Amino acid sequence: MADNIIEFRNFGFKYTAQAEPTLYDINLAVRRGEKVLVCGPSGCGKSTLAHCINGLIPASYSGEATGELLIGGKSFRDLDIFKISKMVGTVLQDSDAQFIGLTVGEDIAFALENDRTPLEEMRRRVADVSRLVGVDKLLHHAPYELSGGLKQRVSLAGVMVDDVDVLLFDEPLANLDPATGKTAIEMIDDIHKRTGKTVVIIEHRLEDVLHRDIDRVVLMGEGRIIADLTPAQLLSSDLLVKSGIREPLYITALKYAGVNINEDIEPQRIETLKLSQTDMDKVRDWYHSVPVSPVRNDRPVILEAKGIGFSYSNGHKALDGIDVEIREGEMMSIVGRNGAGKSTFSKVICGFEKQQRGAIYLKGADIASLSIKERAGHIGYVMQNPNQMISKPMVREEVALGLVLDNRLPKDEIDRRVDDTLRICGLYPFRNWPVSALSYGQKKRVTIASILSMDPEIIILDEPTAGQDYRHYTDIMEFLKELNGKGVTIILITHDMHLMLEYCTRAVVFSDSHKVADAPCEEILTDADVVGKASLKETSLAMLAQMCSIGDPTDFIRRFIIADREARK
Amino acid sequence: MTTFDTRLLAVLAVLAFVVMGLSRIRVSEVKVLFWFSFVFMVLNNLLIFLFSPEHGVSIYGTRHEIAHLFLRYNLVQEQLFYQLNVVLKYLATFPVVIVFVSTTNPSEFASALNRIGVSYRIAYSVSLALRYIPDIQREYHEISIAQQARGLEMASRKQSLFKRLRNAASMLFPLIISSMNRIEVIANAMELRGFGKEKRRTWYSARPFRVADYASIIICVLMLAASILMNVLNGGRYFNPFV
Repeated sequence: MADNIIEFRNFGFKYTAQAEPTLYDINLAVRRGEKVLVCGPSGCGKSTLAHCINGLIPASYSGEATGELLIGGKSFRDLDIFKISKMVGTVLQDSDAQFIGLTVGEDIAFALENDRTPLEEMRRRVADVSRLVGVDKLLHHAPYELSGGLKQRVSLAGVMVDDVDVLLFDEPLANLDPATGKTAIEMIDDIHKRTGKTVVIIEHRLEDVLHRDIDRVVLMGEGRIIADLTPAQLLSSDLLVKSGIREPLYITALKYAGVNINEDIEPQRIETLKLSQTDMDKVRDWYHSVPVSPVRNDRPVILEAKGIGFSYSNGHKALDGIDVEIREGEMMSIVGRNGAGKSTFSKVICGFEKQQRGAIYLKGADIASLSIKERAGHIGYVMQNPNQMISKPMVREEVALGLVLDNRLPKDEIDRRVDDTLRICGLYPFRNWPVSALSYGQKKRVTIASILSMDPEIIILDEPTAGQDYRHYTDIMEFLKELNGKGVTIILITHDMHLMLEYCTRAVVFSDSHKVADAPCEEILTDADVVGKASLKETSLAMLAQMCSIGDPTDFIRRFIIADREARK
Repeated sequence: MTTFDTRLLAVLAVLAFVVMGLSRIRVSEVKVLFWFSFVFMVLNNLLIFLFSPEHGVSIYGTRHEIAHLFLRYNLVQEQLFYQLNVVLKYLATFPVVIVFVSTTNPSEFASALNRIGVSYRIAYSVSLALRYIPDIQREYHEISIAQQARGLEMASRKQSLFKRLRNAASMLFPLIISSMNRIEVIANAMELRGFGKEKRRTWYSARPFRVADYASIIICVLMLAASILMNVLNGGRYFNPFV
């Protein structure tokens, strides 16, 4: 047992502020040099487990621990966060807030500074480790100027500078677009292979992490370890569906086709997957059996942007010659990498920014003369982070805010509309609750409700499901679909390929301030050129289609979505 | 800088603008600060005149009236000369403050504070506070957009000052919440990397003393000595041309 770097024995933990324990009966051993994924839905205890490993429990979050936890062979009771930080390095999820230093070099050196390392040695070690992760050319840049992927490299360098034994990644994929997420997983794998360090990844996006080999997956649910298996074993079981984790799309497709998934076909990655001739036949038969009915929206155009050009006052050109038509009752997405212009586009539509060229028509009428407030009556905008929107302490007040400020309707009419909205959003039981008592997903609903109460015809949502696990994602998206069914036109700004595929009929792709594609989502995701420009990645479904010699992967995806919608009903 | 010696202030003001020029700060970056200090200076002078129209007389001990204005207000040479000193004092200090704020790297400042004996925890919180100002500005902008979209009028002249203040206050709530989250993340990130472990720490951004540093210290000491010397020679803080 000497080579277990982390070992939980009958470990349990209860936060001081909570009545029930968050972790129960944890028995888990991680061997030196292993690469382990800890997976589970929000609230399953995986973050708490991570905090126990890196010492933030009990340093920042107090509570009661039972049982034993050994880190590097020593009991956690004899260690403190500083001793643990010499053994376990934590890479927090991509967030500007975690950077301490003003420059990349300074940020990487932070741990060394606290160790009173002399300047010369510090410079040398920073140079070494920054070369290892590939940021040595960026030492004088400010971390927040870098792209999401590079930021992650900087935070990794900042913990590796200490020569730790364990690298702990806390949700490394949150906030990264699909292409960057893929590179992040490749980078982690590369560092693991080159340094032989133990790697623990906490993440709920299973398919993305499995892009590279993982030794074991620890599946958690409701504070317990449900399974501790190899990826192949896990995918061969039905545990994922039961615990609310999204299984890889190709696995879902294989299951629909009736293919028996077991360890022998090596299902852990699409690249390793071995399908027999019979299995391929099954997939092809299933593909042909899915009925296609052409979906066409020929309702009138509700919003039209014509030749929109916009540059910021610093001269940065954000939009150039953008033409987009949106039809009534549509649910569509705008995709593209960070800085491609998609957020600016929505700001121009809502009037937060004023375009220099082109015009926007709402039901055929130019809206150039409408103020932000007047536009808001037609086009609602829901920001990504609900905490930035909510300004009233109580749910009811927050949802009523827009109508109260508008000050045109009589009070009982406002009350009636607010009640209606609360019911539609499933928030009626919480109407007199303080907003702070709600979960993140519920807060998101409150922000949507607060926009909905103003009765807009169009709602624009910026990354509505960012950072949400599969269950919350489904909750939010099904709710939006319901709204869409009631006639509200919905525009989603997103990186999430699943979201596009499953809920949108059409996507507009922005790249470098231009529109580069405007097509059904399945066509976008099978066009290698567009996929690259939008920083998306090819879906495993297309690869599965290829593997089974299905000539038209786009059609395969289309039929998969139809079948999937049927199955989920 | 306790001196009101006109000759010294004039020299210092010229020097301040030379330093400003040398710093290569673009005017557009500090325009707002400049306007702010200018308005403040004008306001200060008006108020001095309003409340103490003959303050100069009590300082310099003589009274040379030029003209009568209205009520108890007269145009007096001594008062004009005193207020000229006030203006010079502004001109001598504001450029220096602006240069300090916009050219000092917060990390280097923190490392310097620590070196002269300020606890590194305090030095670091100063540096972090400076570092987060742009982040919080961005956040404020985002929040204000979200509120305006719901009909909150921010800059409208149609509304009373009270209502505008109340509207601005309603943006504080989300701003505080998101700042608290930010603080939690940064505090954890710092602790995970050993902040606060030792009594002392080293600084990656520490700069060794160079000739220019010694030179500027000597210049500062000389300027201080000059102002003390002037105090002694003038027999007070003021240079009196009227006797």
